[in-house]
Amino acid sequence: MVGLHKSEFQNPVINWIDTRLPLFTMMTKEYGVFPTPKNFNYFWNFGALAMINLMIMIATGIFLAMNYNASTAGAFDSVERIVRDVNYGWLLRYVHMNGASMFFIVVYIHMFRGMYYGSYKKPRELLWMIGVVILLLMMATAFMGYVLPWGQMSYWGATVITNLFSAIPVVGEYIVTLLWGGFSVDNPTLNRFFSLHYLMPFVITGVVFLHVVALHITGSNNPLGIEPKSEQDTLPFHPYYTIKDSVGMCVYLLVFAVLVFFVPDYLGHSDNYIQANPLVTPTHIVPEWYFLPFYAILRSVPSKLGGVLMMFGAIAVLFVLPWLDTSPVRSAKFRPIYRQLMYVFVVDVVVLGYVGGKPPSGMNVVIGQVCTAYYFLHFLVILPILGKMEKPLPLPESISNPVLTMGGGPLPGAALAKPMEKI
Amino acid sequence: MSATAPTLPDGHAQDPGKRDFLKLVAGFSAVIGVGALAWPLIDSMNPSGDVLALSSVEFDLAPVAEGQGVTIVWRGKPIFVRHRTAAEIKTAESVKLSDLGDPAKDADRVKAGHSQWIVLVGICTHLGCVPLGNKPTDPRGDFGGWFCPCHGSQYDVSGRMRHGPAPANLPVPPYAFMTDSRIKIG
Ligand code: HEM
Ligand code: FES
Repeated sequence: MVGLHKSEFQNPVINWIDTRLPLFTMMTKEYGVFPTPKNFNYFWNFGALAMINLMIMIATGIFLAMNYNASTAGAFDSVERIVRDVNYGWLLRYVHMNGASMFFIVVYIHMFRGMYYGSYKKPRELLWMIGVVILLLMMATAFMGYVLPWGQMSYWGATVITNLFSAIPVVGEYIVTLLWGGFSVDNPTLNRFFSLHYLMPFVITGVVFLHVVALHITGSNNPLGIEPKSEQDTLPFHPYYTIKDSVGMCVYLLVFAVLVFFVPDYLGHSDNYIQANPLVTPTHIVPEWYFLPFYAILRSVPSKLGGVLMMFGAIAVLFVLPWLDTSPVRSAKFRPIYRQLMYVFVVDVVVLGYVGGKPPSGMNVVIGQVCTAYYFLHFLVILPILGKMEKPLPLPESISNPVLTMGGGPLPGAALAKPMEKI
Repeated sequence: MSATAPTLPDGHAQDPGKRDFLKLVAGFSAVIGVGALAWPLIDSMNPSGDVLALSSVEFDLAPVAEGQGVTIVWRGKPIFVRHRTAAEIKTAESVKLSDLGDPAKDADRVKAGHSQWIVLVGICTHLGCVPLGNKPTDPRGDFGGWFCPCHGSQYDVSGRMRHGPAPANLPVPPYAFMTDSRIKIG
């Protein structure tokens, strides 16, 4: 397809560029007039919020790196200096620190949306799997970032997590030495983690690009889980959803600001304000909150290799989720049993997170084991069987149909529907 | 594709097997070439010469009283040195091997004639925390040795794993007695 692009832009400068490199045409097509189901609810804000969050992390991270010293001797002090002496350093650090938490909140809700409304089902399987890849990359990035301030939790978190790989038979020890660049977590480890922590967000940016390309091939799912049938079912992305996303963004920034300005350390752990000491393990080590459910799964299994396999398995099942769920109906709105079980699943993950943060003794262990079993039961047993047994409610004919008769649609014709909303 | 073009312009019959062979050879060479280029990058992450060079320390045992344990550093790792009491040595020696998760005789974990001294790498074989038990105020677990605070593993006075999730005993580092009260680790 060699040849100049026939640009429709009037402005001569834009037209000149667009003819040679049709960026403006592409942006208009993908973000301007892009046909989007007209019945989105606020759950559909979270993809855009994740994108904003990624940009915030990259921006604050680059400026933090200008004052950060990646060495075991200097790291802890350089972070304290950023907070105390560097102009607005406190702001940069707290935005970056709480930004990681916000990122996981946003992405976990984004994934809940995908599960509740069946967005992972045909034809969006690959889109979902790319999402899981993003989640894994985010986890790796967050883990390595947490090591950088070189506090006690940084050090011992790094030790425990890198040692997970020593559970691999035969090559495990070699892999751990390779990760460390020595015989324990030390200066070489800190240096490479800094290098990789800087790199990974750009890798994530690349994968997010693929995620969005895949999304724009299949088009978005929607709360009803049925495909748009005609132009009546869609709206141009701009201004309808740029506006709706902006509303969500304001709420998101409010929550973010409360964390940053009022309780910047609420989600962290006070032991990370003690400089790393390779000879003393804190009496109770815990990872960041967003890893707690997975940490609980790791600890529920009394064998080293078994625990590690279950933990990675907990994410591996997400990859194959599109094939585990056998129901042809997407949205939980029309799956009465699945809908209840989705809430049970959320409670299960929250309880896992809770026991993951407690010392591993007594009831905590038992609760952790029950919840771990249920986690896998949900994916591996309930979803495959439920899809075959459950009798779904009748699906609406089209998106416009229920929106017009039941009201509540943010569409230009909404005025017409107004009187009927009272029914 | 190659199978559907049986003759070449010069009249020779085309041999599809030859073409596949060339493709395979080219493909494998490329893989080997990329691998050869990648290896220096990967190996640069392994321990460097200066890290490997820091390999031995000497330690004076005289100040360590009976019943006391100390922690020293070797290759960036904590090393536990403990002066065991006669009673502790006796319990360690009398344990039945069948009671152990990772069977090892106490005699094989100390140097002959120096059974009051146990020297161990103080890193939990589960996920690498430093077990408690050297300070007088530390918990030592149910077996009088060391207790790991991270996930609850317990070790006896010989450093043998007595309660999981740790899969193995605390390793004994390479060391030798220079004199009766001086050891060299590494
Ligand atoms: C850096 C993290 C991520 C970013 C920036 C991102 C971005 C986006 C954006 C902008 C959309 C379109 C807007 C929307 O539907 O909300 C989207 C859709 C989607 N994402 Fe993500 N995403 C991220 C992570 C994930 C993860 C971890 C998963 C799942 C494991 C996932 C699964 C999906 C699915 C299934 C869709 C299609 C949703 C639909 O149209 O119903 N995403 N993503
Ligand atoms: S690291 Fe010691 S019990 Fe897990």
